[in-house]
Amino acid sequence: MSAPAATARTSAPGVFMAVLWRDLFVTGRELPVFLAQVVLQPLFMLFVFGKVLASLGYTRPGYTHLLFPGVVALTAMLTALQSTALPLVIEFSFTKEIEDRLLAPIPVALVAVEKMVFAAMRALVAAMCMFPIGILILGSVPWRAAGAPLFVAILLLGTLCGAAMGLTMGTLVPPNRITVMFTLVLTPLLFTGCSQYPWPSLARLPWFQVVTAFNPLTYVSEGMRGALVPAVPHIRPPLCIGALVLSLAVFSGVGIRGFMHQAID
Amino acid sequence: MAEPLAVEVEGLQKRYPKAPANAVDGVSFTVERGEVFGLLGPNGAGKTTTIGVLTTRVRLSAGVARVVGIDVSTDAVRARSMLAVVPQRNNLDRSLSIRQNLIFHAAYHRVPAAERNRRADELLELFGLTDRAADKVDFVSGGQAQRIMIARAMMHTPRVLFLDEPSTGLDPAARLFVWDRIRDLRDQGVTIVITTHDMDEAATLAERVGIMDRGRLLALDRPDALTRSLPGKTTLEIAMAGADGGLDQAVAELERLHGVERLERLDPSDGHVRLYVTDDAPLMVAPVATALAAHGITLSDVKIGEPSLEDVFIGLTGRALR
Repeated sequence: MSAPAATARTSAPGVFMAVLWRDLFVTGRELPVFLAQVVLQPLFMLFVFGKVLASLGYTRPGYTHLLFPGVVALTAMLTALQSTALPLVIEFSFTKEIEDRLLAPIPVALVAVEKMVFAAMRALVAAMCMFPIGILILGSVPWRAAGAPLFVAILLLGTLCGAAMGLTMGTLVPPNRITVMFTLVLTPLLFTGCSQYPWPSLARLPWFQVVTAFNPLTYVSEGMRGALVPAVPHIRPPLCIGALVLSLAVFSGVGIRGFMHQAID
Repeated sequence: MAEPLAVEVEGLQKRYPKAPANAVDGVSFTVERGEVFGLLGPNGAGKTTTIGVLTTRVRLSAGVARVVGIDVSTDAVRARSMLAVVPQRNNLDRSLSIRQNLIFHAAYHRVPAAERNRRADELLELFGLTDRAADKVDFVSGGQAQRIMIARAMMHTPRVLFLDEPSTGLDPAARLFVWDRIRDLRDQGVTIVITTHDMDEAATLAERVGIMDRGRLLALDRPDALTRSLPGKTTLEIAMAGADGGLDQAVAELERLHGVERLERLDPSDGHVRLYVTDDAPLMVAPVATALAAHGITLSDVKIGEPSLEDVFIGLTGRALR
């Protein structure tokens, strides 16, 4: 074995990429499991709300086209959230396997950012899977080239924001409470995020409209409608982007602090 | 410019939030380059916290801690590139194989690909893991996990290696293997800092030992110097032959002998006694034999007992190590 090297190798981007590569490597090996995990819930939602209810005549024609952007939004945000929250709890509290990365020559906050970037990447893949699945189940899905820039912007912000929310949950909730928290947070998040209905139509249910305004997912769903089905009344895209940037700033701030708190005693 | 010390700790204090007392309370010591340094003390003495500060995982409350001259609280990133940690608990990456654990660790430390493959093969060989390189780490034994973690730590050729309780929970063979590997690393010039509550481990491996209790460093010296510092702790165990009637008088006379601090009868019925002596025990053999000869008793067995670090700990704290 060679003598200890005297050089310090500390290049933050390089170390960051190595840490990200670990997560991609592990996920890549379990790709079918990963896809089944993230695609199943939106698949059933599309099938029941978009296909079954429509076939039975319980929904109006055109409902599937306002549902689809909402399901893409939901998949993007909740996949990202789930990809940070639970793995972090497991890595910090049970397997401790994150410790080796916390000892890498890189600021600890960047390890938290890596977790967010990785979760956002998983969520992007999951969200893009909705297109072939949508075509398969619904026959066709809405798409406009003109809406592409907005679509991309909302998708990126939505996945990152979901990842930041997961980082916040995963680092602030005590490990023994995380499964309870998941049910308590995820279910309301799932149904108050305007995935299954457009926000402006809630004017008839004002109190619920106020509740949904506090869910960041609402702005992802509405932003997606702005990009894919602009004919459906929706919240104006600049407002969606503003709300998402704000949520991202708040949740990543809190989440990274929570991560640092867990990482360093 | 003089080469910096491997480890420097000055007035180190750590108080955890809401804790009633400091976990580490004003500890100072230095470790020379290439030295094997041991921190000995019971659980809760503050050893792991001290290591935690030095390895950037615990924020210090007061004092200074440097590794190879780098302040761990102001330049944690650079400090981490110089050190490696083998923790008390298995923290191997369970999603990766044994070899991948080594390879990814090196990648986190920016070791070039060709070099990390070469080093992984070398270390797997050295640690007797070549056959199992492709196995998942899920089902490895405690001893194997320890070996993998030491091999992983060496992947980025750290200057200082911190081992927290390296042989706790290992069977005797695994323990000896780990000790041998630690000596190999020392021979290669790696500075090693170990914590242990096992006095044998400290005495066997460490060139200098710091004894910690309740957050304080009570003594710091070479193991033999620490034990020599205890007067009346060297013992002379003797067996007497030919003692029929005169045993009690002979024992009474031994007790009065110059240099004997205390006498303990191991078995009241026969001639087995243990003498606690203040001088070098071997020098006491002749006076003891002479004293016994006056009573027509001969020595049939002599055993010299050196005091242990355990005795040093008891001498310092009044409590046993565990």
